Amino acid sequence: MSTGALLELKDVHKSFGPKQVLKGVNLDVAPGKSLVVLGGSGSGKSVMLKNALGLMTPNKGQILFGGEDVTHDQGKTREAMRARIGMLFQSAALFDSLTVWENIAFRLLNADGMKRKEAKERAIETLKQVRLGSDVADLTPAEISGGMQKRVGLARAIVSKPDLIFFDEPTTGLDPITADAINNLIVEQTKALGAAAVSITHDMASARKIADEIAMLFEGVIIWRGPASEIDSSGNAHVDQFVHGRADGPIQPAL
Amino acid sequence: MSNASTKRKGGFPNPLQWLGAATLGMLAEIGRLSIFTGKTMGAAFSPRWYPAQIIRQMIAIGFYSLPVVGLSAVFIGAALALNIYSGGSRFGAEQFVPNIVVLGITRELGVTITGLMLAGRVSAGIAAEIGAMRVTEQIDALKTLSANPFRYLYAPRFLAGILTLPILVLIADIIGVMGGWAVSTLGLGFDSTTYLRNTLDFLTWQDVTVGLIKAVAFGAVIAVMGGYHGDKSSAGATGVGRAATFAMVGAAVLILAFNYLISTLLVDFGS
Repeated sequence: MSTGALLELKDVHKSFGPKQVLKGVNLDVAPGKSLVVLGGSGSGKSVMLKNALGLMTPNKGQILFGGEDVTHDQGKTREAMRARIGMLFQSAALFDSLTVWENIAFRLLNADGMKRKEAKERAIETLKQVRLGSDVADLTPAEISGGMQKRVGLARAIVSKPDLIFFDEPTTGLDPITADAINNLIVEQTKALGAAAVSITHDMASARKIADEIAMLFEGVIIWRGPASEIDSSGNAHVDQFVHGRADGPIQPAL
Repeated sequence: MSNASTKRKGGFPNPLQWLGAATLGMLAEIGRLSIFTGKTMGAAFSPRWYPAQIIRQMIAIGFYSLPVVGLSAVFIGAALALNIYSGGSRFGAEQFVPNIVVLGITRELGVTITGLMLAGRVSAGIAAEIGAMRVTEQIDALKTLSANPFRYLYAPRFLAGILTLPILVLIADIIGVMGGWAVSTLGLGFDSTTYLRNTLDFLTWQDVTVGLIKAVAFGAVIAVMGGYHGDKSSAGATGVGRAATFAMVGAAVLILAFNYLISTLLVDFGS
């Protein structure tokens, strides 16, 4: 039965050999809402995201997008999902061999069959939305800074006006000022599109800024979920330790 | 089967268990390579194609390999002429230098040297490029942007390999023969016109065809081995480096194996 959620993960399990990474993740995000999943290094955040995106297949459980089961589908249903999502990778994952504008317009050119001239105009328009000028359009990713690469990655994620955007550690590797600028852009652009967002991060400043709701992943299961405003009064020892960044507590540091 | 389970007490491996594990590992690798090859060929010979990618790869594999192929061919042709002259003079067969050079270059050396040089230049390059794309999540990004990596990455390289290798081999054949001609006429006292007439009279289209058939197979091997090892590259610089090494060594060994196999099948072709 549909719950009205845009994306739902139901009892998702994922193992690699004997190592169980996800042990029954249940999560959903409603249209237009921003959900941030917190978790320490090795907690399974990236594996959860890759399962949701269809880059990995769960051993058990279901992934629903718009009420449609896309768990094992790599055909039309999955493609229909991918046409409605955007993804900002941790490293931006821009294609080295293409220029900035070709990276942004990749889907428009290759999946939507848009003419190059029109696609370039749209890419430059989207560059402006992420506060980059048209002068970077013809550069290659190697010729721009890490912060600019993140902006270009964001432009690529939003150019096709998706309903859902995934953010994988969007501020990792950036200085605090650039990170804050990226957080502002994420909030601004998702709100402008009316898109839902699923972000994974361990950056609390980022989580506080971009989340409507926060969930905490620990040892392969969601141990707490609530409004972002309640993260400091969760009453959960694991969440408290994580929020305050203490080495002592129920979570053992990943050393 | 883990390595630990193949060891006896004291750390010495049980030879039978080790042999079994190695055999199973090899069969699994052959299976994975076969599936990858099948998917690549399926993507190469059915729409949708990416013409810009195919042209880009043809330039990278074909055009930029011309210097290395030309230089290799000229020296091989020259050395071949010298050795045939030196060996033939022992029993008065020096006059066969043009015939043996053209036969050796077109049926065997031109294509094999081109294949081996491209195993190093192209196969390792493809593995390193794809491996770097794998570890920087660019291949995942392709999938999220609705592009099938087999169609966008591997099929263009495969098609470029099988289309450009025959052209490179034809060029290598011509340059290799001219290398032999240059040494023979400048250093061994052959008459230029007679040398070239003997070469053309002896050469048959079947000799050239054998080389071109091998070239198509070698082009496929070079592209598949580069793509396969790049695709399964593990994270980090070490993983990418290992992928490039495995691609080059694997492609070189397979080229020599296919060379023997095709030579066996076509040994009577044109004789």
